[in-house]
Amino acid sequence: MAAAAIQVEGIGKRYRLGERERYLALRDVLSRAVRAPFSWRRGTNGNGQAHIWALRDVSFAVGEGETIGIIGRNGAGKSTLLKILAGITLPTEGSAEVHGRVGSLLEVGTGFHPELTGRENIYFSGSILGMKRREIDRKFDEIVAFSGVETFLETPLKHYSSGMQLRLAFSVAAHLEPEVLLVDEVLAVGDLEFQKKCMGKMEEVTRGGRTVLFVSHNMGAIRRICTRGLWLDGGAIRLMGTAGECVDAYTASAEAAAGAATGLFDMVPRTDRVGTGRAKFRTIRMKDLSGCDRGAFEFGEPFQVELELDCHADVRSSFVGISFLASDGTNLLSSHHTDSAEVRELRAPGQVRLVCHYPTNTLKPGGYLLQAGILDLATWELIDWIYAVGPFTITEGTGKFGRPTDPRPGYTQPVLQWEWK
Amino acid sequence: MSTKLNPVNEAMAVAAERAPIAATSTAAAHPVPVKRIVPPGRFWALNLNELVEYRELLYFLVWREIKVRYKQTLIGAGWAVAQPVATMVVFSLFFGRLAKIPSGGLPYPLFFYSALLPWTYFAGALAGATNSVVENQRVITKVYFPRVLLPLSAVFSGLIDFVIAFVLLVGMALYYRVTPGPWLAFVPVFLLLAMLTAFGAGLWLSALNALYRDVRYVVPFLIQFWLFASPVAYPSSLVPERWRALYGLNPMAGVIDGFRWAVTGENPPSLGLVAASAAAVIVMLVAGVWYFRRVETTVADVV
Repeated sequence: MAAAAIQVEGIGKRYRLGERERYLALRDVLSRAVRAPFSWRRGTNGNGQAHIWALRDVSFAVGEGETIGIIGRNGAGKSTLLKILAGITLPTEGSAEVHGRVGSLLEVGTGFHPELTGRENIYFSGSILGMKRREIDRKFDEIVAFSGVETFLETPLKHYSSGMQLRLAFSVAAHLEPEVLLVDEVLAVGDLEFQKKCMGKMEEVTRGGRTVLFVSHNMGAIRRICTRGLWLDGGAIRLMGTAGECVDAYTASAEAAAGAATGLFDMVPRTDRVGTGRAKFRTIRMKDLSGCDRGAFEFGEPFQVELELDCHADVRSSFVGISFLASDGTNLLSSHHTDSAEVRELRAPGQVRLVCHYPTNTLKPGGYLLQAGILDLATWELIDWIYAVGPFTITEGTGKFGRPTDPRPGYTQPVLQWEWK
Repeated sequence: MSTKLNPVNEAMAVAAERAPIAATSTAAAHPVPVKRIVPPGRFWALNLNELVEYRELLYFLVWREIKVRYKQTLIGAGWAVAQPVATMVVFSLFFGRLAKIPSGGLPYPLFFYSALLPWTYFAGALAGATNSVVENQRVITKVYFPRVLLPLSAVFSGLIDFVIAFVLLVGMALYYRVTPGPWLAFVPVFLLLAMLTAFGAGLWLSALNALYRDVRYVVPFLIQFWLFASPVAYPSSLVPERWRALYGLNPMAGVIDGFRWAVTGENPPSLGLVAASAAAVIVMLVAGVWYFRRVETTVADVV
């Protein structure tokens, strides 16, 4: 009976931008109807607003008993996907099939009412989450014990501290026993001790043979409890593979995005590097002349690339090189440190720093990537090499650095000496 | 198709490796429900199987509503009686003593109270149903359950107040020495008609309210108007013969007239009126279900 627990085919969810506008009044609807009577036939509503696709053409299958970690930036469509699978909202296109009862943990404290007592809230919340009354009766003591609110059972919830409310809410949710569980970043709340408890319960649940879809920003949790991962980006599947793979790829991309803003690229978490690792890049920074980390420079502005290395073993002679890649991947130029600095021995353990000055910026406006590598001079052994660092940007010139501001063809734009003869 | 199976097989192998015992035990368990998720179609009817499956939740919704209503109140259930009694007093004074409207042989308090009872239930159920979806917007966007349970629970939770106020009506009937007769059997019939009316109108209003927030302000006004369009403060015999059928299109006309007769035995309502009311209720219900189900497909996105 090896059926897929969840089968998703071509799911898409479109939102009309006007829908997000809450509190529509009849007056607004009537005036729109008068203004543009047939606009609903076109792809725009009366205000001429476009649609956005929160999800587009998403297809995947989840086997029974798997735990899938769904990761991605905010707004990538993760919660929308869970909502569709839970039945809370319907897809605009595509279809999905879910085998088994679905329990949705999209927030903590679903159905809680401040006027009801703890006991009453357990019953109501349990019921709305999908438990039958007999089931709640059976698990009542367990739920109370896990939450630790025995003494306050008959007090109205509004008198509970937020921590107690959280514990009670999670306790009810944790005792759900559906075949398919959809969890959305619920573990991001509460104090450390509570989070540990929740994590423990989650691990227990996933080991129990349930199919779990787990949305989280906690990469450690994803690595620990998920078998496979699903990386959603901009409403589409960017990658589906093992949990480790997805987390690595997502982290690398997030690092790049973060660094691009600040100019500081952290190499430590990067796993997409090649080399024997006797020395490893720690950080690569793009700096301007005053020493500030920057992710963008003006056309013509001089900048520096500072590389920090951790030495794990002794290296007699080596060289460090960087390359600048254009946005289409073309390697524009490479420079080795030995071109203008001496070879130094690297001793472990230790850290060394190298700075490369790019005094007259000849790079044209656009996005660029760096490559950085260390090679052993004697054996040509590749010690560490990172393929894509960045991106960093060169912005349009304002003339501040003495550069012409008109666009020209070509990859670089140095200022050459012209003279009349 | 084969390319789709491969990742699943791979995944199955991984899952089996991790929890060999669990994988086989879930396979042997009770039959597993399958849910198919598709974009909203054209046909919208109530999924009765689903409603039966969620009947416990309906119970809990009603239970919660009642509990919350009476928590921290001073006279608690007394409020169920206070409103119809107060209105009865005012009506008896102004419509009865001063305006001297014909009450068909009934003492004024009984005449008004026997109508106010189902009316108060209806008004309360309708107001509750209208707000039910919006009030529960948090839950709707986080968990799935048939949304129609929300206005339905408002229709049921009003019954408790009705029963409490009914006790007073029985007392009144005894006091005025009303003789019981076979017409009493019709009390549940007209009560059911009132419930269906509240449900039908409630479906419309709750869906509209979820989409357009100014509906909430229209409803008290609507109920006021509806009150005077129904034979609560006056008998339907006041309405001229030729307008009677049109008047009967107001489902509450049939309910009030019928209920009054079912309790007191006086002035049986014209059959035409009751038939018109019943027909109006059915139409309102069917249209209400259709509209509600249509809105339900997008309610989580707009509420």
